[in-house]
Amino acid sequence: MGNSQNKIRVLIAKAGLDGHDRGAKVVARALRDAGMEVIYTGLRQTPEMITEAALQEDVHVVGLSILSGAHMTLVPKILKLLKEQGLDDTRLFLGGIIPDQDKPELIKLGVNGIYGPGTSTQTIIEDIQKACQ
Amino acid sequence: MPVNHAQAVLNGERLALTRALTQIENNTAEGLEILEALFPHTGKAHLIGVTGAPGTGKSTLVNQLALAYRQPADGTIPPRVAIVAVDPTSPFTGGAILGDRVRMQDLAGDPGIFIRSMASRGSLGGLAAATAGLVQVFDAAGFEIIIIETVGAGQAEVDIARLAHSTIVIEAPGLGDEIQTIKAGILEIADILVVNKSDKPGAENTLRALRNMLSMAHPEGKHINHHGQLMEIDSETDQTENGWIPAVLPTVATSGEGIPDLVSSLDAHIDFLKSSDLWQLREEKRLKNQLETLLGTALRSRWEKSISPDIYQAALAKVIKRELSPWRAVEELIQGAGL
Repeated sequence: MGNSQNKIRVLIAKAGLDGHDRGAKVVARALRDAGMEVIYTGLRQTPEMITEAALQEDVHVVGLSILSGAHMTLVPKILKLLKEQGLDDTRLFLGGIIPDQDKPELIKLGVNGIYGPGTSTQTIIEDIQKACQ
Repeated sequence: MPVNHAQAVLNGERLALTRALTQIENNTAEGLEILEALFPHTGKAHLIGVTGAPGTGKSTLVNQLALAYRQPADGTIPPRVAIVAVDPTSPFTGGAILGDRVRMQDLAGDPGIFIRSMASRGSLGGLAAATAGLVQVFDAAGFEIIIIETVGAGQAEVDIARLAHSTIVIEAPGLGDEIQTIKAGILEIADILVVNKSDKPGAENTLRALRNMLSMAHPEGKHINHHGQLMEIDSETDQTENGWIPAVLPTVATSGEGIPDLVSSLDAHIDFLKSSDLWQLREEKRLKNQLETLLGTALRSRWEKSISPDIYQAALAKVIKRELSPWRAVEELIQGAGL
């Protein structure tokens, strides 16, 4: 109704050579139902494509789904590219198969949250809402 | 600050551009000031609307169209292309899935292309309230071609025709018989009709039905037989507002078949508009429409600020009890607001 409205905008991306996007779609749907605007990019995105989409869509959050094991290569690259574009304030959340021993390193790099199989979508929603306050 | 921001947009800074789009989409005070500063720089771009039912291939066609504009066959300097893609907002949760980018992967990595997805945020005409504002930002930022993709449209979402210079309506085979083609609404707004997925069975029937529809609207001898070829029209018996008869073009957006014809048809349409003062006329209509929409919104929000919620609730309660008719209630509420 013409009033200013600030919606949380989230980019959900599947990075790298990994064709399993059911989890990404479940999360996208849950975030939609939580009132967020979810930009879904589809499969096999390079770090450059993800960063470009994050810039063009001016999202608050990038949600990355990685099940291929390539997270230690992809995540640092995406974080670096986001900074180069001036998107320092974009929060990065990670979902998929991420071994426990890699998590501290990823959090140190600047990942806001990491979610494995079995995570309740409510947890993800609340964490994103908190990070965007 | 907003003036510097607008200047950065004019200088082509992509971060400034994307942040400006957000401010305008969120209808903030800063967004309005940026639009204000950019407005004198608008009015140069060719605005192309793409509409049609869900699943007819709008996003895929937009992808091909942008590719074609970025790789001109004659080797000239390609125009910069902006894409504004609108998807529906849930009326229940206010959330949205914006999935048009999935079909536009081929465009990634081209700095001459900028894609922005928008949620409709409650608007019903196929666009969002802020779409016109976003288009003006891209226009000012020097994008020569701006493609606007509507939400999957049914029969009556025709706002796009008031915004775009050229409106493409996409049909696909198998979506109804000839009666559908003579109904009022979306087919009437087409400057170009595309039958996408024309490699599928039934495409010939759809093409024929649409051509028949056009021959009824523009009787005997008024056909365009070749894409983009303008024909002479006797203005006295011309039933169209402007003498342009829509081309009907088959395409297969997944493979790019038919896209060169579509681009020539769009070029012909723009030449036609510019050679006949219609460009100016459409610009005037568009700005008038924008002014009226803004005026409507502003009046409403002024009214909302001036009326006490108690009076409104009291009137609503009376209407619900059928002690007061909705028509009389409106009269009283407007008087009560002192407008």
